[in-house]
Amino acid sequence: MIGVGTGTLLLGVSAAWLTAMCDFPGRKILSWAFLLPMAMPAYIIAYTYTGILDFAGPIQTLLRHSFDWKYGDYYFPEIRSLGGAICMLSLVLYPYVYMLVRVSFIEQSTAVLEASRNLGKKPWQTLFLVALPIARPAIVAGVSLALMETLADYGTVAYFGVSAFTTGIFRTWYGLGELTTAAQLCAFLMLFVFALIIAERWSRQRLRFHHNASQKKMVRLQLSGWRSALALSVGVLIVALGFIIPAGQLAIWAASRWQENVNSQFLDLLFNSFSLAFVAALCCMLVAIFLAYSKRIFNSRLEQGSIGIASLGYAVPGTVIAVGVLIPIAWLDNQIDFLSRTWFDYPTGLLLSGTLGILVFAYLVRFLSIALNTVDSGLISIKPNLDESARSLGASPSKVLRRIHLPILRTSLLTALLLVFVEVLKELPTTLILRPFNFNTLAVRTYELASDERLMDAALPALAIVIIGLLPVLLITKSILKERLTND
Amino acid sequence: MTSQLILDKVTVNYDGVSAISDASFSLNEGEIGCLLGPSGCGKTTLLRSIAGFEPVADGSISLHGERISTAKYTQVPEERAVGMVFQDFALFPHLNVSKNIGFGLGHLTSSEKDSRILEMLSLVDLERVSERFPHELSGGQQQRVALARALAPSPQILLLDEPFSNLDAELRTQLAAEVRTLLKQNKVTTLLVTHDQDEAFAMADKIALLNSGKIVQTDTPYEIYHKPGSLFAADFIGKGTIINVAIDAAGLLGNNLGSLSINALPDETGNSVKLLVRPDDIAYDDTSETKLSIVSKSFLGPNYLYELALEDGQRVPCLTHSHIDIPVGDNLPVRFDLRHVVIFNAE
Repeated sequence: MIGVGTGTLLLGVSAAWLTAMCDFPGRKILSWAFLLPMAMPAYIIAYTYTGILDFAGPIQTLLRHSFDWKYGDYYFPEIRSLGGAICMLSLVLYPYVYMLVRVSFIEQSTAVLEASRNLGKKPWQTLFLVALPIARPAIVAGVSLALMETLADYGTVAYFGVSAFTTGIFRTWYGLGELTTAAQLCAFLMLFVFALIIAERWSRQRLRFHHNASQKKMVRLQLSGWRSALALSVGVLIVALGFIIPAGQLAIWAASRWQENVNSQFLDLLFNSFSLAFVAALCCMLVAIFLAYSKRIFNSRLEQGSIGIASLGYAVPGTVIAVGVLIPIAWLDNQIDFLSRTWFDYPTGLLLSGTLGILVFAYLVRFLSIALNTVDSGLISIKPNLDESARSLGASPSKVLRRIHLPILRTSLLTALLLVFVEVLKELPTTLILRPFNFNTLAVRTYELASDERLMDAALPALAIVIIGLLPVLLITKSILKERLTND
Repeated sequence: MTSQLILDKVTVNYDGVSAISDASFSLNEGEIGCLLGPSGCGKTTLLRSIAGFEPVADGSISLHGERISTAKYTQVPEERAVGMVFQDFALFPHLNVSKNIGFGLGHLTSSEKDSRILEMLSLVDLERVSERFPHELSGGQQQRVALARALAPSPQILLLDEPFSNLDAELRTQLAAEVRTLLKQNKVTTLLVTHDQDEAFAMADKIALLNSGKIVQTDTPYEIYHKPGSLFAADFIGKGTIINVAIDAAGLLGNNLGSLSINALPDETGNSVKLLVRPDDIAYDDTSETKLSIVSKSFLGPNYLYELALEDGQRVPCLTHSHIDIPVGDNLPVRFDLRHVVIFNAE
């Protein structure tokens, strides 16, 4: 955890600093390219690099050929280790830090930085004494998000054989069959998660105080000569390691097994994943609309509280949610079975457990907050006096909904749908635990194939996930481009 | 007395366009100067080039006998002994008042630093809030912190960029007077940038009036107001109307305005001149034969500002006591008092 924290901090802050405060050729492209690794789920990058770097992989093979080495002749770092896991997670999670810190840098009033120069501090002193401390809340928030993802990660640590909470829960549950221990582990894990949530909320509040309206356009530090070359190559290196190399490798593998793997089974897989993700996204959106509207209309402490709890879901690791959903549902199943047997002498068996319904419910718990945030922010932009003016112009409530709210909310609703859709597609541990027997999705299939060391076959579903994962990145890029128009 | 700041034919480009051209100006030690002009005239750009944030394209800037900016050389901002108070104050949000003030005192030992901070706190009367953070302060307090922070390293010159524009109108005049007293007592050479002439009049010993990147006039506030050197200056400074009036060789004006002393006339006068008529150049006089019809009037509390029509329809302002209350459309008996009127050649 500390490793990932440091890793995302270093990568994210330096990427943000380069693109927000400096100017060099290639900056504009890099400023959105830095987001690309977000499309890459950690477990996919993990096994891609394993394929590239392990003994039979192209790098080591090349080394052996060119220097005529044999096994054991040379030292090569083992990728499937704690260090490797830290690298992998940092490479794909740093965009959280990057996004928040970049915005914080851009919103910092230029005058504050100039004031520091005016008071006799050199540019690098200004960075450490002023710019970074002001961005601190953003940094803390970004790192907390990255750490929540780290705690939630199952695929990477499981694949690398690193012991972590999630793998422990999984093992006690499936391997040892110890429900209580698993639940205890879950509860303990949640303690860490809550600490992170508190850190994140607290720093977001601080951000308000640190917000200075910037009046002038950014004056960026002009880099030239070797400095700009260095900036560019560091930027390209980060993006290459986090996205281009693994995505390229996946594409190569997928292409080499194209014929065998694109078959009806793969189409089934696609269909399963897409329909599951779509249904889950739709449910999330509907519940989000319901919650957001009830908050808007009643706005009592009850609504606020329930929304607060509902929006915690995203911070909770998928493994914990799966366990948390499974235990009460299993109890309910047993009760129903018991009642039905006593009253009707008919065993229902496990009615709910192991159905798609429970899976969708778990997704709902986990991803509701994404949909809720998006819908809520859309709804906030509709000021109450808009409703009132429409009503005073003679529109009925249903007409207000149709003519005013839906058109304004349409983009938010579509965004919510898209975000949840993509998250569900990528989600591994929840699906792994709760899926009905023999029901496969892209993520599960990728994980299974990779665990069986069939990396080349795993590439196709993995690539599909990455490509779909690009959609929200494009969405964010669009909003960054818009912000650039107003900024430059 | 030596000149503390000298701008010698300074040209500054901003975004590739010339923002300031050929500006010359100087300030003596302890003097308070002001760059006054409408927004977009380049005054802030000029100030920023003195602080070292904008390079000059031509000419030079010297501070205390040392050239700090030329076309070839720009001393970096952190090495200039220039203090600056920014328009939005630019206080460091993560540091409290004391630490903000102490930010530029890195070269002192910690005990020297502490005593300097205390000195500055008492100078701006903020001892009680020294532990607070910027967002916990009122606008006026923030302004004083910014001032103390800029003064703490004892700069050769203090630059103020629209220092009062973020404050309430009532606070503004009061603070301007207070700041002037403080700067004068401590003999701080100061250059202020503003678009507000009241602020400029309240603060400055010497005003440079800027229009589209050029200094059009440098004078004392009195001279700037009463002897504007150009139509722009006449129009920008103070209330008043410019009218076209026919004039004959003896100095007799058309529109029954009376006559002007020939000596006051510019050298080459044609058949008409432009006159700047201030509201106090036309006085109410109920014994006067001259009566002008009232076009509009506005109540200012102690005064009425009437707008009157001359014979040929041109309008002139007239300030009276507010007890003189005559309805719009009626005539107001007035006397022309043209001793101070400003005359321009008609183009």
